[in-house]
Amino acid sequence: MNNVLEVIDVTVRFGGVTAVAGANFTMKKGELLGFIGPNGAGKTTLMRVITGIVKPQEGHISLDERDLSSLSINERINCGLALAQQIVQPFQDMSLLDNVALACGSTKTRNAIKSMFYTDRSEERQRAAELLHMVGLEDAANSMPSTLPLGYLKRMEVARALALDPHLLLLDEPLAGLNQNEARGLADLIQTLNNNGQTILLIEHNLREVMRICPLLYVQDNGRPIAYGPSKEVMQIAEVRSAYLGKAE
Amino acid sequence: MAYEITLLTTIAISVLFALSLNFISGFCGQISLGHAAFLGTGAYTSAMMTKASIPFLVTLPAAALSAAALGFIIGLTSLRVRHDFLAITTMGAGFLFVGIIRQQDFFGGEIGIAGIPATGLGRIGFMSLCMSLAALFALFSIAVRRSWMGFVFASIADNEDVTRILGINASAYKLIAFVIGTATAGVAGALYAHHFRFIGPDSFGFVESVSVLAMVIVGGIGSVTGIIFSAAILSVMPLMFQFIDDYKLLLYSALLFFMMRFSPDGLAGLFKRAFRKYAGERP
Ligand SMILES: Nc1ncnc2c1ncn2[C@@H]1O[C@H](COP(=O)(O)OP(=O)(O)OP(=O)(O)O)[C@@H](O)[C@H]1O
Ligand SMILES: [Mg+2]
Repeated sequence: MNNVLEVIDVTVRFGGVTAVAGANFTMKKGELLGFIGPNGAGKTTLMRVITGIVKPQEGHISLDERDLSSLSINERINCGLALAQQIVQPFQDMSLLDNVALACGSTKTRNAIKSMFYTDRSEERQRAAELLHMVGLEDAANSMPSTLPLGYLKRMEVARALALDPHLLLLDEPLAGLNQNEARGLADLIQTLNNNGQTILLIEHNLREVMRICPLLYVQDNGRPIAYGPSKEVMQIAEVRSAYLGKAE
Repeated sequence: MAYEITLLTTIAISVLFALSLNFISGFCGQISLGHAAFLGTGAYTSAMMTKASIPFLVTLPAAALSAAALGFIIGLTSLRVRHDFLAITTMGAGFLFVGIIRQQDFFGGEIGIAGIPATGLGRIGFMSLCMSLAALFALFSIAVRRSWMGFVFASIADNEDVTRILGINASAYKLIAFVIGTATAGVAGALYAHHFRFIGPDSFGFVESVSVLAMVIVGGIGSVTGIIFSAAILSVMPLMFQFIDDYKLLLYSALLFFMMRFSPDGLAGLFKRAFRKYAGERP
Protein backbone atom coordinates (compact mmCIF):
# COMPACT_ATOMS: atom_id res chain seq x y z
CA MET A 1 0.00 0.00 0.00
CA ASN A 2 1.16 3.55 -0.65
CA ASN A 3 2.64 5.74 2.03
CA VAL A 4 0.63 8.85 2.79
CA LEU A 5 3.43 10.49 4.76
CA GLU A 6 7.16 9.93 4.76
CA VAL A 7 9.39 11.78 7.19
CA ILE A 8 12.96 11.08 6.15
CA ASP A 9 15.97 11.98 8.31
CA VAL A 10 14.61 15.36 9.31
CA THR A 11 16.88 17.54 11.43
CA VAL A 12 16.03 21.05 12.63
CA ARG A 13 18.34 23.32 14.57
CA PHE A 14 17.44 26.67 16.09
CA GLY A 15 20.79 28.28 16.72
CA GLY A 16 22.43 25.93 19.20
CA VAL A 17 19.27 23.96 19.97
CA THR A 18 18.65 20.81 17.97
CA ALA A 19 14.88 20.62 18.10
CA VAL A 20 14.55 17.59 15.82
CA ALA A 21 17.41 15.14 15.25
CA GLY A 22 17.00 12.60 12.48
CA ALA A 23 13.26 12.05 12.71
CA ASN A 24 12.15 9.12 10.62
CA PHE A 25 8.79 7.47 10.15
CA THR A 26 6.14 6.73 7.58
CA MET A 27 2.38 6.57 7.70
CA LYS A 28 0.13 4.42 5.59
CA LYS A 29 -3.33 5.31 4.44
CA GLY A 30 -5.92 4.97 7.17
CA GLU A 31 -3.49 4.98 10.07
CA LEU A 32 -3.95 6.82 13.33
CA LEU A 33 -0.48 7.43 14.70
CA GLY A 34 0.06 8.83 18.18
CA PHE A 35 3.11 11.08 18.35
CA ILE A 36 4.30 11.51 21.91
CA GLY A 37 7.29 12.77 23.82
CA PRO A 38 8.06 15.02 26.76
CA ASN A 39 7.80 18.82 26.58
CA GLY A 40 10.34 20.27 24.23
CA ALA A 41 10.83 16.95 22.42
CA GLY A 42 10.39 18.70 19.08
CA LYS A 43 6.94 17.41 18.23
CA THR A 44 5.45 20.73 17.24
CA THR A 45 8.60 21.58 15.32
CA LEU A 46 8.29 18.39 13.27
CA MET A 47 4.63 19.19 12.56
CA ARG A 48 5.78 22.58 11.34
CA VAL A 49 8.36 20.97 9.10
CA ILE A 50 5.61 18.87 7.55
CA THR A 51 3.46 21.92 6.82
CA GLY A 52 6.42 24.01 5.68
CA ILE A 53 6.32 26.63 8.41
CA VAL A 54 9.80 25.53 9.52
CA LYS A 55 12.48 24.59 6.99
CA PRO A 56 14.61 21.65 8.10
CA GLN A 57 18.41 21.77 7.87
CA GLU A 58 18.40 18.16 6.68
CA GLY A 59 15.95 15.62 5.40
CA HIS A 60 12.67 15.86 3.61
CA ILE A 61 8.97 15.14 3.72
CA SER A 62 6.79 13.53 1.15
CA LEU A 63 3.03 13.34 0.98
CA ASP A 64 1.36 10.71 -1.16
CA GLU A 65 4.86 9.97 -2.52
CA ARG A 66 5.39 13.52 -3.65
CA ASP A 67 8.37 15.44 -2.27
CA LEU A 68 7.11 18.60 -0.59
CA SER A 69 10.49 20.34 -0.19
CA SER A 70 10.00 22.97 -2.88
CA LEU A 71 6.41 23.79 -1.97
CA SER A 72 5.13 26.74 0.06
CA ILE A 73 2.82 26.36 3.05
CA ASN A 74 -0.38 26.91 1.13
CA GLU A 75 0.73 24.63 -1.71
CA ARG A 76 1.38 21.85 0.79
CA ILE A 77 -2.04 22.33 2.34
CA ASN A 78 -3.55 22.08 -1.12
CA CYS A 79 -1.72 18.79 -1.61
CA GLY A 80 -3.90 17.37 1.15
CA LEU A 81 -2.60 18.46 4.54
CA ALA A 82 -4.46 20.17 7.35
CA LEU A 83 -3.15 21.27 10.71
CA ALA A 84 -4.90 22.05 13.98
CA GLN A 85 -2.30 24.01 15.89
CA GLN A 86 -1.26 23.59 19.50
CA ILE A 87 -1.53 27.31 20.13
CA VAL A 88 -5.00 28.28 18.98
CA GLN A 89 -5.12 31.01 16.37
CA PRO A 90 -8.69 31.93 15.57
CA PHE A 91 -9.41 34.89 13.30
CA GLN A 92 -10.42 37.26 16.07
CA ASP A 93 -12.78 39.42 14.03
CA MET A 94 -14.86 36.52 12.72
CA SER A 95 -17.43 34.29 14.36
CA LEU A 96 -16.48 30.65 14.86
CA LEU A 97 -18.78 29.83 11.97
CA ASP A 98 -16.93 32.14 9.58
CA ASN A 99 -13.58 30.92 10.87
CA VAL A 100 -14.56 27.46 9.66
CA ALA A 101 -16.54 28.63 6.61
CA LEU A 102 -13.46 30.34 5.16
CA ALA A 103 -11.65 27.00 5.25
CA CYS A 104 -14.68 25.32 3.63
CA GLY A 105 -14.43 27.68 0.66
CA SER A 106 -11.17 26.43 -0.79
CA THR A 107 -12.70 26.01 -4.25
CA LYS A 108 -13.71 29.68 -4.15
CA THR A 109 -10.44 30.98 -2.73
CA ARG A 110 -7.97 28.90 -4.72
CA ASN A 111 -7.89 31.41 -7.57
CA ALA A 112 -7.43 34.85 -6.05
CA ILE A 113 -8.88 36.80 -8.97
CA LYS A 114 -11.93 34.59 -9.41
CA SER A 115 -12.69 34.89 -5.69
CA MET A 116 -13.97 38.39 -6.44
CA PHE A 117 -16.89 36.96 -8.36
CA TYR A 118 -18.20 34.69 -5.62
CA THR A 119 -20.36 36.23 -2.94
CA ASP A 120 -22.55 33.45 -1.65
CA ARG A 121 -21.33 31.91 1.61
CA SER A 122 -24.41 29.90 2.51
CA GLU A 123 -23.11 26.53 1.34
CA GLU A 124 -19.83 26.95 3.21
CA ARG A 125 -21.58 28.20 6.31
CA GLN A 126 -23.84 25.19 6.29
CA ARG A 127 -20.88 22.85 6.00
CA ALA A 128 -19.13 24.83 8.74
CA ALA A 129 -22.16 24.45 10.99
CA GLU A 130 -22.05 20.68 10.46
CA LEU A 131 -18.37 20.55 11.36
CA LEU A 132 -18.90 22.68 14.47
CA HIS A 133 -21.73 20.36 15.43
CA MET A 134 -19.38 17.42 14.96
CA VAL A 135 -16.92 18.83 17.51
CA GLY A 136 -19.73 19.83 19.89
CA LEU A 137 -19.68 23.57 19.24
CA GLU A 138 -23.08 24.06 17.62
CA ASP A 139 -24.11 26.47 20.38
CA ALA A 140 -21.08 28.70 19.94
CA ALA A 141 -21.20 28.98 16.14
CA ASN A 142 -22.08 32.65 16.15
CA SER A 143 -19.85 33.66 19.04
CA MET A 144 -16.69 35.66 18.61
CA PRO A 145 -13.50 33.83 19.58
CA SER A 146 -12.50 36.36 22.23
CA THR A 147 -15.59 35.46 24.26
CA LEU A 148 -14.87 31.73 24.35
CA PRO A 149 -12.74 29.51 26.60
CA LEU A 150 -9.70 27.64 25.33
CA GLY A 151 -11.52 24.31 25.12
CA TYR A 152 -13.86 25.78 22.52
CA LEU A 153 -11.11 27.29 20.45
CA LYS A 154 -9.15 24.04 20.45
CA ARG A 155 -12.14 22.29 18.98
CA MET A 156 -12.67 25.08 16.47
CA GLU A 157 -9.08 24.48 15.32
CA VAL A 158 -9.99 20.84 14.71
CA ALA A 159 -13.18 21.74 12.86
CA ARG A 160 -11.28 24.23 10.71
CA ALA A 161 -8.70 21.60 9.84
CA LEU A 162 -11.43 19.10 8.97
CA ALA A 163 -12.98 21.72 6.71
CA LEU A 164 -10.02 21.31 4.38
CA ASP A 165 -10.95 17.68 3.79
CA PRO A 166 -7.32 16.54 4.06
CA HIS A 167 -5.66 13.25 3.11
CA LEU A 168 -3.60 13.63 6.24
CA LEU A 169 -4.93 15.37 9.31
CA LEU A 170 -2.31 16.77 11.67
CA LEU A 171 -3.49 17.44 15.20
CA ASP A 172 -1.18 19.13 17.70
CA GLU A 173 -2.48 18.55 21.22
CA PRO A 174 -6.16 18.92 20.38
CA LEU A 175 -7.21 17.70 23.83
CA ALA A 176 -5.22 20.23 25.84
CA GLY A 177 -7.48 22.69 27.63
CA LEU A 178 -10.50 20.41 27.39
CA ASN A 179 -12.13 18.93 30.48
CA GLN A 180 -12.29 15.17 30.84
CA ASN A 181 -15.67 14.78 29.17
CA GLU A 182 -14.81 17.10 26.31
CA ALA A 183 -11.48 15.34 25.83
CA ARG A 184 -13.14 11.97 25.75
CA GLY A 185 -15.74 13.24 23.27
CA LEU A 186 -13.13 14.70 20.94
CA ALA A 187 -10.96 11.58 21.21
CA ASP A 188 -14.01 9.53 20.24
CA LEU A 189 -14.51 11.79 17.25
CA ILE A 190 -10.87 11.36 16.22
CA GLN A 191 -11.32 7.61 16.43
CA THR A 192 -14.54 7.74 14.42
CA LEU A 193 -12.93 9.84 11.72
CA ASN A 194 -10.11 7.32 11.58
CA ASN A 195 -12.54 4.41 11.38
CA ASN A 196 -14.06 6.18 8.39
CA GLY A 197 -10.70 6.13 6.67
CA GLN A 198 -9.12 9.44 7.73
CA THR A 199 -5.35 9.23 8.16
CA ILE A 200 -4.36 11.12 11.32
CA LEU A 201 -1.12 12.10 13.00
CA LEU A 202 -1.93 13.00 16.59
CA ILE A 203 0.40 14.79 18.99
CA GLU A 204 -1.04 14.47 22.46
CA HIS A 205 0.05 14.54 26.09
CA ASN A 206 -3.15 12.98 27.37
CA LEU A 207 -1.75 9.45 27.46
CA ARG A 208 -4.94 7.88 28.70
CA GLU A 209 -6.79 8.96 25.55
CA VAL A 210 -3.81 8.28 23.32
CA MET A 211 -3.55 4.72 24.58
CA ARG A 212 -7.29 4.30 24.18
CA ILE A 213 -7.53 5.40 20.55
CA CYS A 214 -4.08 5.10 18.91
CA PRO A 215 -3.01 1.66 17.72
CA LEU A 216 0.45 2.95 16.82
CA LEU A 217 2.91 5.23 18.56
CA TYR A 218 5.95 7.21 17.53
CA VAL A 219 8.04 8.56 20.40
CA GLN A 220 10.56 11.35 20.28
CA ASP A 221 12.81 12.59 23.06
CA ASN A 222 15.10 15.60 22.80
CA GLY A 223 14.45 15.60 19.09
CA ARG A 224 15.60 12.01 18.65
CA PRO A 225 13.24 9.21 17.60
CA ILE A 226 13.30 6.59 20.34
CA ALA A 227 10.49 4.21 19.51
CA TYR A 228 7.91 3.30 16.91
CA GLY A 229 5.39 0.48 16.88
CA PRO A 230 2.15 -0.85 18.35
CA SER A 231 1.22 1.28 21.35
CA LYS A 232 1.30 -1.41 24.04
CA GLU A 233 4.70 -2.65 22.94
CA VAL A 234 6.14 0.84 22.74
CA MET A 235 5.00 1.57 26.25
CA GLN A 236 6.96 -1.43 27.53
CA ILE A 237 10.27 -0.06 26.24
CA ALA A 238 12.41 1.11 29.15
CA GLU A 239 13.74 4.16 27.31
CA VAL A 240 10.22 5.35 26.55
CA ARG A 241 9.14 4.88 30.12
CA SER A 242 12.06 6.78 31.53
CA ALA A 243 11.99 9.56 28.95
CA TYR A 244 8.30 10.11 28.87
CA LEU A 245 6.63 8.70 31.93
CA GLY A 246 9.52 9.46 34.24
CA LYS A 247 9.18 13.17 33.59
CA ALA A 248 5.48 13.37 33.02
CA GLU A 249 4.41 11.69 36.23
CA MET B 1 -20.46 78.49 -7.13
CA ALA B 2 -16.94 78.18 -8.50
CA TYR B 3 -15.65 77.74 -4.99
CA GLU B 4 -18.10 74.94 -4.27
CA ILE B 5 -17.13 73.17 -7.48
CA THR B 6 -13.47 73.35 -6.51
CA LEU B 7 -14.29 72.06 -3.06
CA LEU B 8 -16.39 69.15 -4.28
CA THR B 9 -13.78 68.21 -6.85
CA THR B 10 -11.06 68.26 -4.19
CA ILE B 11 -13.19 66.12 -1.92
CA ALA B 12 -14.00 63.60 -4.64
CA ILE B 13 -10.31 63.19 -5.50
CA SER B 14 -9.42 62.77 -1.83
CA VAL B 15 -12.15 60.21 -1.35
CA LEU B 16 -10.94 58.22 -4.34
CA PHE B 17 -7.36 58.41 -3.09
CA ALA B 18 -8.31 57.40 0.46
CA LEU B 19 -10.45 54.51 -0.77
CA SER B 20 -7.52 53.33 -2.88
CA LEU B 21 -5.36 53.08 0.23
CA ASN B 22 -8.23 51.47 2.08
CA PHE B 23 -7.99 48.54 -0.33
CA ILE B 24 -4.44 47.88 0.82
CA SER B 25 -4.42 49.03 4.42
CA GLY B 26 -8.09 48.76 5.33
CA PHE B 27 -9.18 45.55 3.69
CA CYS B 28 -5.88 43.71 3.68
CA GLY B 29 -4.20 45.16 6.77
CA GLN B 30 -1.04 46.19 4.93
CA ILE B 31 -0.08 49.55 6.38
CA SER B 32 1.51 51.77 3.75
CA LEU B 33 3.29 55.02 4.52
CA GLY B 34 4.23 55.78 0.93
CA HIS B 35 0.93 55.79 -0.87
CA ALA B 36 1.40 59.32 -2.21
CA ALA B 37 4.07 57.93 -4.54
CA PHE B 38 1.34 56.20 -6.55
CA LEU B 39 -0.77 59.33 -6.64
CA GLY B 40 2.36 61.01 -7.96
CA THR B 41 3.06 58.33 -10.54
CA GLY B 42 -0.43 58.73 -11.96
CA ALA B 43 -0.22 62.51 -11.81
CA TYR B 44 3.12 62.72 -13.64
CA THR B 45 2.09 60.13 -16.22
CA SER B 46 -1.14 61.90 -17.03
CA ALA B 47 0.25 65.45 -16.91
CA MET B 48 3.15 64.66 -19.21
CA MET B 49 0.82 62.96 -21.64
CA THR B 50 -1.71 65.78 -21.80
CA LYS B 51 1.15 68.23 -22.19
CA ALA B 52 2.11 66.17 -25.23
CA SER B 53 -1.45 66.76 -26.49
CA ILE B 54 -2.80 63.34 -25.71
CA PRO B 55 -6.50 63.52 -24.76
CA PHE B 56 -7.06 63.54 -20.99
CA LEU B 57 -9.40 60.57 -20.90
CA VAL B 58 -6.82 58.44 -22.68
CA THR B 59 -4.29 59.27 -19.99
CA LEU B 60 -6.50 57.85 -17.22
CA PRO B 61 -5.85 54.18 -18.03
CA ALA B 62 -2.20 55.03 -18.63
CA ALA B 63 -1.97 56.62 -15.19
CA ALA B 64 -3.63 53.56 -13.67
CA LEU B 65 -1.23 51.23 -15.48
CA SER B 66 1.95 53.08 -14.57
CA ALA B 67 0.96 53.36 -10.92
CA ALA B 68 -0.10 49.71 -10.84
CA ALA B 69 3.19 48.63 -12.41
CA LEU B 70 5.09 50.44 -9.68
CA GLY B 71 2.62 49.09 -7.11
CA PHE B 72 3.19 45.56 -8.34
CA ILE B 73 6.95 45.90 -7.95
CA ILE B 74 6.73 47.43 -4.49
CA GLY B 75 4.05 44.91 -3.54
CA LEU B 76 6.30 42.09 -4.67
CA THR B 77 9.26 43.35 -2.67
CA SER B 78 6.97 43.93 0.32
CA LEU B 79 5.59 40.39 0.41
CA ARG B 80 8.24 39.25 2.81
CA VAL B 81 7.96 42.12 5.25
CA ARG B 82 5.15 42.76 7.65
CA HIS B 83 3.72 45.27 10.06
CA ASP B 84 6.24 47.91 11.09
CA PHE B 85 8.74 46.77 8.51
CA LEU B 86 6.15 47.08 5.79
CA ALA B 87 5.41 50.62 6.95
CA ILE B 88 9.13 51.42 6.76
CA THR B 89 9.57 49.78 3.35
CA THR B 90 6.66 51.65 1.82
CA MET B 91 7.85 54.87 3.46
CA GLY B 92 11.23 54.28 1.83
CA ALA B 93 9.55 53.75 -1.54
CA GLY B 94 7.75 57.05 -1.06
CA PHE B 95 10.98 58.91 -0.34
CA LEU B 96 12.65 57.21 -3.28
CA PHE B 97 9.88 58.39 -5.57
CA VAL B 98 10.20 62.01 -4.47
CA GLY B 99 14.00 61.77 -4.63
CA ILE B 100 13.96 60.54 -8.21
CA ILE B 101 11.39 63.13 -9.34
CA ARG B 102 13.49 65.89 -7.76
CA GLN B 103 16.63 64.85 -9.56
CA GLN B 104 15.20 64.42 -13.04
CA ASP B 105 14.78 67.45 -15.28
CA PHE B 106 12.65 65.19 -17.43
CA PHE B 107 9.99 65.36 -14.69
CA GLY B 108 10.51 69.07 -14.14
CA GLY B 109 12.85 68.54 -11.19
CA GLU B 110 12.31 70.78 -8.16
CA ILE B 111 10.12 73.13 -10.16
CA GLY B 112 7.60 70.51 -11.12
CA ILE B 113 5.22 70.66 -14.03
CA ALA B 114 3.15 73.77 -14.55
CA GLY B 115 0.65 74.71 -17.20
CA ILE B 116 -1.03 71.35 -17.30
CA PRO B 117 -3.75 71.72 -19.95
CA ALA B 118 -7.43 71.75 -19.14
CA THR B 119 -9.32 68.51 -19.59
CA GLY B 120 -11.83 69.93 -22.03
CA LEU B 121 -14.65 68.66 -19.84
CA GLY B 122 -15.45 72.01 -18.26
CA ARG B 123 -15.40 72.58 -14.51
CA ILE B 124 -18.71 70.91 -13.87
CA GLY B 125 -17.94 68.09 -16.24
CA PHE B 126 -14.63 67.46 -14.52
CA MET B 127 -16.23 67.60 -11.09
CA SER B 128 -18.85 65.10 -12.22
CA LEU B 129 -16.16 62.82 -13.54
CA CYS B 130 -14.28 62.93 -10.23
CA MET B 131 -17.43 62.31 -8.23
CA SER B 132 -18.53 59.46 -10.47
CA LEU B 133 -15.15 57.75 -10.27
CA ALA B 134 -15.12 58.08 -6.49
CA ALA B 135 -18.66 56.73 -6.25
CA LEU B 136 -17.91 53.87 -8.62
CA PHE B 137 -14.85 52.85 -6.69
CA ALA B 138 -16.78 53.07 -3.41
CA LEU B 139 -19.38 50.68 -4.82
CA PHE B 140 -16.66 48.41 -6.17
CA SER B 141 -15.00 48.41 -2.74
CA ILE B 142 -18.23 47.42 -1.04
CA ALA B 143 -18.79 44.64 -3.58
CA VAL B 144 -15.29 43.31 -3.06
CA ARG B 145 -15.63 43.41 0.69
CA ARG B 146 -18.74 41.26 0.43
CA SER B 147 -17.13 38.77 -1.94
CA TRP B 148 -14.89 35.86 -1.11
CA MET B 149 -11.96 38.07 -1.99
CA GLY B 150 -13.03 40.41 0.81
CA PHE B 151 -13.44 37.42 3.11
CA VAL B 152 -9.84 36.41 2.44
CA PHE B 153 -8.61 40.02 2.75
CA ALA B 154 -10.19 40.17 6.20
CA SER B 155 -8.49 36.94 7.20
CA ILE B 156 -5.11 38.25 6.02
CA ALA B 157 -5.59 41.47 7.97
CA ASP B 158 -6.49 39.33 10.97
CA ASN B 159 -3.77 36.69 10.79
CA GLU B 160 -1.82 36.07 7.61
CA ASP B 161 -0.08 32.93 8.89
CA VAL B 162 -3.38 31.23 9.60
CA THR B 163 -4.68 32.23 6.17
CA ARG B 164 -1.75 30.38 4.63
CA ILE B 165 -2.26 27.37 6.87
CA LEU B 166 -5.77 27.15 5.43
CA GLY B 167 -4.23 26.64 2.00
CA ILE B 168 -4.85 30.17 0.76
CA ASN B 169 -2.20 31.90 -1.32
CA ALA B 170 -2.04 35.03 0.83
CA SER B 171 0.72 36.54 -1.33
CA ALA B 172 -1.45 36.51 -4.42
CA TYR B 173 -4.26 38.25 -2.55
CA LYS B 174 -1.93 40.87 -1.12
CA LEU B 175 -0.54 41.57 -4.57
CA ILE B 176 -4.03 42.00 -5.99
CA ALA B 177 -4.87 44.46 -3.22
CA PHE B 178 -1.66 46.34 -3.99
CA VAL B 179 -2.34 46.45 -7.72
CA ILE B 180 -5.98 47.56 -7.41
CA GLY B 181 -5.12 50.09 -4.70
CA THR B 182 -2.19 51.61 -6.55
CA ALA B 183 -3.94 51.64 -9.94
CA THR B 184 -6.76 53.60 -8.36
CA ALA B 185 -4.30 55.95 -6.68
CA GLY B 186 -2.85 56.50 -10.15
CA VAL B 187 -6.26 57.52 -11.49
CA ALA B 188 -6.71 59.84 -8.50
CA GLY B 189 -3.30 61.30 -9.39
CA ALA B 190 -4.35 62.02 -12.96
CA LEU B 191 -7.42 63.83 -11.63
CA TYR B 192 -5.28 65.67 -9.09
CA ALA B 193 -2.88 66.92 -11.76
CA HIS B 194 -5.68 68.27 -13.91
CA HIS B 195 -7.54 69.74 -11.01
CA PHE B 196 -4.64 71.86 -9.73
CA ARG B 197 -2.95 72.14 -13.15
CA PHE B 198 0.38 72.12 -11.39
CA ILE B 199 2.34 69.33 -9.73
CA GLY B 200 5.72 69.13 -8.06
CA PRO B 201 7.66 66.68 -5.92
CA ASP B 202 6.21 68.19 -2.74
CA SER B 203 2.68 67.34 -3.81
CA PHE B 204 3.42 63.65 -3.29
CA GLY B 205 5.69 63.50 -0.29
CA PHE B 206 5.53 62.02 3.16
CA VAL B 207 2.95 64.57 4.35
CA GLU B 208 0.47 63.41 1.73
CA SER B 209 1.12 59.77 2.60
CA VAL B 210 0.48 60.45 6.27
CA SER B 211 -2.62 62.51 5.47
CA VAL B 212 -4.21 59.77 3.40
CA LEU B 213 -3.39 57.15 6.03
CA ALA B 214 -5.01 59.43 8.60
CA MET B 215 -8.15 59.52 6.42
CA VAL B 216 -8.28 55.74 6.31
CA ILE B 217 -7.62 55.25 10.01
CA VAL B 218 -9.88 58.06 11.18
CA GLY B 219 -12.66 56.77 8.95
CA GLY B 220 -12.25 53.31 10.37
CA ILE B 221 -10.00 50.82 8.72
CA GLY B 222 -12.03 48.99 6.08
CA SER B 223 -15.22 51.03 6.51
CA VAL B 224 -16.09 52.54 3.13
CA THR B 225 -18.66 55.05 4.39
CA GLY B 226 -16.50 56.07 7.34
CA ILE B 227 -13.60 56.77 5.02
CA ILE B 228 -15.73 58.81 2.63
CA PHE B 229 -16.64 61.08 5.55
CA SER B 230 -13.17 61.36 6.98
CA ALA B 231 -11.60 61.96 3.57
CA ALA B 232 -14.14 64.70 2.90
CA ILE B 233 -13.52 66.41 6.22
CA LEU B 234 -9.76 66.01 6.35
CA SER B 235 -9.30 67.22 2.77
CA VAL B 236 -11.44 70.30 3.28
CA MET B 237 -9.98 71.40 6.62
CA PRO B 238 -6.61 72.53 5.26
CA LEU B 239 -8.41 74.55 2.58
CA MET B 240 -10.54 76.33 5.15
CA PHE B 241 -8.00 76.88 7.87
CA GLN B 242 -4.55 77.99 6.87
CA PHE B 243 -2.97 76.86 10.14
CA ILE B 244 -4.12 73.29 9.54
CA ASP B 245 -2.37 73.40 6.20
CA ASP B 246 0.77 74.80 7.83
CA TYR B 247 0.90 72.13 10.51
CA LYS B 248 -0.57 69.29 8.46
CA LEU B 249 2.12 66.73 9.20
CA LEU B 250 2.05 67.45 12.92
CA LEU B 251 -1.74 67.55 13.20
CA TYR B 252 -2.46 64.51 11.05
CA SER B 253 0.28 62.47 12.70
CA ALA B 254 -1.17 63.36 16.08
CA LEU B 255 -4.63 62.42 14.81
CA LEU B 256 -3.26 59.11 13.57
CA PHE B 257 -1.66 58.45 16.92
CA PHE B 258 -4.76 59.28 18.95
CA MET B 259 -7.05 57.25 16.72
CA MET B 260 -4.79 54.20 16.89
CA ARG B 261 -4.46 54.61 20.62
CA PHE B 262 -8.08 55.30 21.58
CA SER B 263 -10.30 54.09 18.75
CA PRO B 264 -8.40 51.70 16.49
CA ASP B 265 -11.53 51.05 14.44
CA GLY B 266 -11.86 54.75 13.69
CA LEU B 267 -14.92 56.97 13.64
CA ALA B 268 -16.97 54.11 12.24
CA GLY B 269 -16.16 52.12 15.38
CA LEU B 270 -16.80 55.13 17.60
CA PHE B 271 -20.25 55.58 16.07
CA LYS B 272 -21.03 51.89 16.25
CA ARG B 273 -20.21 51.76 19.94
CA ALA B 274 -22.08 54.98 20.67
CA PHE B 275 -25.10 53.68 18.80
CA ARG B 276 -25.02 50.36 20.60
CA LYS B 277 -24.84 52.16 23.91
CA TYR B 278 -27.71 54.42 22.92
CA ALA B 279 -29.77 51.51 21.60
CA GLY B 280 -28.95 49.48 24.67
CA GLU B 281 -30.07 52.21 27.04
CA ARG B 282 -33.49 52.52 25.52
CA PRO B 283 -36.23 50.74 27.47
N1 LIG C 1 11.05 29.15 16.60
C1 LIG C 1 11.91 28.62 17.50
N2 LIG C 1 13.08 29.25 17.78
C2 LIG C 1 13.94 28.75 18.67
N3 LIG C 1 13.75 27.61 19.34
C3 LIG C 1 12.60 26.93 19.13
C4 LIG C 1 11.62 27.42 18.20
N4 LIG C 1 10.59 26.55 18.20
C5 LIG C 1 10.90 25.59 19.07
N5 LIG C 1 12.10 25.80 19.64
C6 LIG C 1 12.77 24.94 20.60
O1 LIG C 1 12.80 23.64 20.04
C7 LIG C 1 12.56 22.67 21.04
C8 LIG C 1 11.39 21.82 20.64
O2 LIG C 1 10.20 22.58 20.75
P1 LIG C 1 8.77 22.03 20.30
O3 LIG C 1 7.81 23.11 20.51
O4 LIG C 1 8.87 21.44 18.97
O5 LIG C 1 8.51 20.88 21.38
P2 LIG C 1 7.19 20.05 21.66
O6 LIG C 1 7.57 18.63 21.65
O7 LIG C 1 6.10 20.45 20.77
O8 LIG C 1 6.85 20.49 23.15
P3 LIG C 1 5.44 20.62 23.88
O9 LIG C 1 5.04 19.24 24.26
O10 LIG C 1 5.74 21.45 25.08
O11 LIG C 1 4.50 21.27 22.95
C9 LIG C 1 12.37 23.43 22.34
O12 LIG C 1 13.61 23.43 23.01
C10 LIG C 1 12.01 24.81 21.90
O13 LIG C 1 12.43 25.75 22.85
MG1 LIG D 1 4.26 21.29 21.01
